[in-house]
Amino acid sequence: MTILINEKTRIIVQGFTGKIGTFHAQEMIEYGSNVVGGVTPGKGGQKHLGLPVFNTVKEAVRQVGAEASIVFVPPAFAADSIMEAADAGIRYCVAITDGIPTQDMMTVKNFLRRFPKEERMMLTGPNCAGTISPERAMLGIMPGHIYVRGNVGVVGRSGTLGYEAADQMRLLGIGISTSVGIGGDPIIGSSHRDVLEKLEQDPETKVALMIGEIGGPMEVDAGIFFKENMTKPLVAYIAGLTAPEGRRMGHAGAIIATAGESAAEKVAILKDLGVIISPTPSLMGQTVAEVLAKM
Amino acid sequence: MNIHEYQAKEILSEYGVKIAEGGIAYSVEEAVQRAREIEGDVWVVKAQIHSGARGKAGGIKVCKTHAEVQAAAEELLGKVLVTHQSGSAGKLCSRVYIEAGTKIEKEIYLSFLIDRGTERVIMVGSAQGGMEIEALAQTDPDAIIKIYIEPAVGLQDFQARKMAFALGLDSSLLNHAVKTIKGCYRALRDLDANILEINPLVVTANNEIIALDAKMAFDENALFRRHKIAELRDNSQVDSREVAAAEVGLSYVGLDGDIGCMINGAGLAMATMDMIKLAGGEPANFLDVGGGASAERTEKAFRLVLADKNVKAMLVNIFAGINRCDWIAEGVVHAVRNIGMQVPLVVRLSGTNVEEGRKIIADSGMKIITADTLAEAAEKVVAARNQVVAQEG
Repeated sequence: MTILINEKTRIIVQGFTGKIGTFHAQEMIEYGSNVVGGVTPGKGGQKHLGLPVFNTVKEAVRQVGAEASIVFVPPAFAADSIMEAADAGIRYCVAITDGIPTQDMMTVKNFLRRFPKEERMMLTGPNCAGTISPERAMLGIMPGHIYVRGNVGVVGRSGTLGYEAADQMRLLGIGISTSVGIGGDPIIGSSHRDVLEKLEQDPETKVALMIGEIGGPMEVDAGIFFKENMTKPLVAYIAGLTAPEGRRMGHAGAIIATAGESAAEKVAILKDLGVIISPTPSLMGQTVAEVLAKM
Repeated sequence: MNIHEYQAKEILSEYGVKIAEGGIAYSVEEAVQRAREIEGDVWVVKAQIHSGARGKAGGIKVCKTHAEVQAAAEELLGKVLVTHQSGSAGKLCSRVYIEAGTKIEKEIYLSFLIDRGTERVIMVGSAQGGMEIEALAQTDPDAIIKIYIEPAVGLQDFQARKMAFALGLDSSLLNHAVKTIKGCYRALRDLDANILEINPLVVTANNEIIALDAKMAFDENALFRRHKIAELRDNSQVDSREVAAAEVGLSYVGLDGDIGCMINGAGLAMATMDMIKLAGGEPANFLDVGGGASAERTEKAFRLVLADKNVKAMLVNIFAGINRCDWIAEGVVHAVRNIGMQVPLVVRLSGTNVEEGRKIIADSGMKIITADTLAEAAEKVVAARNQVVAQEG
């Protein structure tokens, strides 16, 4: 049993019959994920890829026991689809959609907080590559063949930089327990910290790798969680040493930061918290290998 | 997306925020005409550029006669203003806002923004208006008041009153202050703004509260449902390369170095730029070609990178997921053939169909330097750049 998904997890695809939904549903099925159907409002009762299409997520939960969903719905309607999944009793949702308005995500997060914690759907993304537990299940859009099964849990914002890390580890003979893409948007479903909490509980995971970026307080929060709660070692790389200041974050945004948001500041804080830093993006795999060798 | 001060003021006035009488002018004649239409004996001519700190850069002129208004407009229109927020290239001023002069009793600071940490709108105020809030946060953080707003219920009157009292506003202004604060919040929420900043918000000698400056920035992802806001886009205020990139759906940020970059994915792009820096080079740009890098898109990306005359070498780093390396390789070969590259090119491909992709590059007969790893790619592009510089020098 892996932390978020395994080969038995019953998965539905929201935005199933669209071009993107269709393509990635096929890829997931080929990988071995247990896709049991999909949702496209108005197309309920049809079959697509040999699987049932439902009008609502609730129907999919009732009729095929859907537990997890993946959202490919266009940005204007994606927030609504995520909330529908939460309302229907889906346990874990990955939102792939890129371009959801920030205030829509504010509404989604507020909606999710109304559920008691034990009943609350876990959401990762939007604007992410998804989650994979190698050789068991893929709930995402990543190239599955670069992921080898093993003991390293990975959490990162970026899709392709996550692939880079997986590939470096594969070439060193290191496998992955679960890799979670949390997405690059300002407001996202789960933070680095939320995923580290899961990785800490996961018996398959021996080492965690966090791939962070400039901006926002999330990596530092995760570092504090590591120091206070984690028994497993944490390796981190923070991208954006060369990123110019203030190009994405607006003017007043900087003042409410309680801790530094530049890559250099984040690295310094994480080091103080006992996190092992990969000094360059090409050494992520090597740094993990060194940590594993000492265990 | 940013808009001009006068546009933000028009929006705010629709939401019940008081502004001074004013009008926009695209020419010197219009500027004088606007001043004639506005009663009083003091006018302020304000350069409309997408940048703060205009005052210190000479972009705001107080005038006592129509002749002075004319002179100010003559000076500002067509001028490139460099402020400490505008970047070294500065911003072209092609319109000026003429506003009635205001007798100021008190200056305060007020802003609203979406706070990533709490995932809520936060209202920020300070009794020390006119100052840059970043500077104040450094020197006197206790002077900054922050109030978080629960998204489901919105800004409540008691919160607006709390801010008004904390700002030291007189009780006689309370109702007006509450109306102003709530109007700002509604504008932010109704129009999908990320930031709304009024610095300064002033109390006038007539005991009125007026927004003397206004800045609003909007969520690009929400413009599909904010057509009126989308129409306010002023591309003359944005780096022309970024405009060209946005038109073809690419994400580009111009930088000061000389190594051009084309990468897929924002995180990998930042990481690759880090590697270039660590190898002793400086990136000329950030460019994320995204997921569906077709041959056409690849060629457009190449043209964009190479349009920067500072570029002395170029690096392509693609980790194909949904993409396939053979498609990318074909796109690269096609682009090099069509453009006729004058600078060395390093290509690193990884991921789906990598062997096929590398074969296409090798068989193309083009002068393309290849690399297998991220580190190797960065080292090779920096070496190629150094060679070009040595030959030039």
